Amino acid sequence: MIREETEIAVVGGGLVGAAVAWGLARLGKRVTVLDEGDDAYRASRGNFALVWVQSKGLGMPEYAAWTKRSSAGWAGLASALKDEIAIDVAHRQPGGLTLSLSDDEHQRRIAQMQRLHNQHEMARYPYEVLDHAGTRQLLPDIGPEVAGGIYCPLDGHVNSLKLLRALHAALAARGACYRPNRPVAAITSRGGAFVLSGPWGELNSEKIVLAAGIGNARLGPLIGLDAPVRPQRGQIIVTEKAKPFLRYPIVTVRQTDEGGVMVGDSLEETGFENVVTTPIIATMADRAVRMFPMLAGLNVVRTWSALRVMSKDGFPIYDQSTTHPGAFLVTCHSGVTLAANHVFDIAPQIAAGRIADDLLPFSARRFHVPQAA
Amino acid sequence: MFRRLPDAAGDNIAFTINGRRAQALAGDTVAAALLGAGIEHCRITPISGARRAPYCMMGVCFECLVTIDGVGNRQACLIPVRAGMRVETQQGARAIAEESHA
Repeated sequence: MIREETEIAVVGGGLVGAAVAWGLARLGKRVTVLDEGDDAYRASRGNFALVWVQSKGLGMPEYAAWTKRSSAGWAGLASALKDEIAIDVAHRQPGGLTLSLSDDEHQRRIAQMQRLHNQHEMARYPYEVLDHAGTRQLLPDIGPEVAGGIYCPLDGHVNSLKLLRALHAALAARGACYRPNRPVAAITSRGGAFVLSGPWGELNSEKIVLAAGIGNARLGPLIGLDAPVRPQRGQIIVTEKAKPFLRYPIVTVRQTDEGGVMVGDSLEETGFENVVTTPIIATMADRAVRMFPMLAGLNVVRTWSALRVMSKDGFPIYDQSTTHPGAFLVTCHSGVTLAANHVFDIAPQIAAGRIADDLLPFSARRFHVPQAA
Repeated sequence: MFRRLPDAAGDNIAFTINGRRAQALAGDTVAAALLGAGIEHCRITPISGARRAPYCMMGVCFECLVTIDGVGNRQACLIPVRAGMRVETQQGARAIAEESHA
């Protein structure tokens, strides 16, 4: 049996856990990351890789501000990774678009953006409503069915597999320990320290950060943290590599830095079933081809599905345990977009021992307020 | 590098490789025809820029991608050569935006 000790244990080695762990290691903390194995659900290996601002925050303006902040911090994150471990994660921020395939859809999206920006204390961001001709100026290859688009200059994308690899290389370079194949079965307190254990052995730590994605739902209650998260399936298509022709990422279609075109346009509540289904893939492909007819000529290389880590209201949860001081929880479904905040804001707060007051709206306590009649 | 078997038979077929006239035998795949014509590589990879040639000859490895009659990323080992076919070695990723069917 393995017995190890560390200052801060991070449970979860995906984009969220790796970002927080690297941020902590940059502050000189001794960090051990416990990860599961290849049988884990691993949203970080299946995501769509947008750094996305537009449309986020309806129902929680603080989330719009938080997202905007991470988008602004992303260039700094990319250059810090390049400086520390010489990996280019292909961050691009040319602005991005949402496209509509009918006037109805277009009007619905415009109304949604107006509702979003009319919220009290909304952190507004610039966006532009474009008709077909305006959209065509940015994207000459759109099809005749595109009714219009919404452009937001803050939107962008990265190569999220390179990001995950870079974060792991960076935390290793800072002396943090990465331990795969160490699922956490139990967490207990012993003499003011935490003991994380599983079939592999145990790890003692002074602090603990839960960043285990859907696994947080089970682990949180062990140390007085509530994490009502569930899997929400998204399916993705990727084509063969082509020379760059899509200048801007679309919320459902983007061309990667290496040339493949990704299409991701689905949300399903199907529990832990991470399979692909032909009707969804066919609908996604059809919509993508109506947006960009030339995509019809590209061969599909792979399709897959991944499970988003979705909270009850869709917003992140940042929390600290009142019953178990030193225990923190970090979970969201936008581990790419929010990566800059996780490195530069969340990690320093955890290192200092306290989630900042301005992040109180993200506490899971928001789920415990009795609903007003 | 490659020579035809002494008993290879079939009608001669004229096609072009990068605009130059070339000969194949009826029944050849495009990949076999390219190797028979003495090409050393059929494409440059999109990411690292390495040269690649037909390898598995059975549709599995995707190394033999070429542009055929203006359409990129065709698997040369799975396509029979036809008279008048225009085959081009591919430089990097497929240029979908420049293809006529797009």
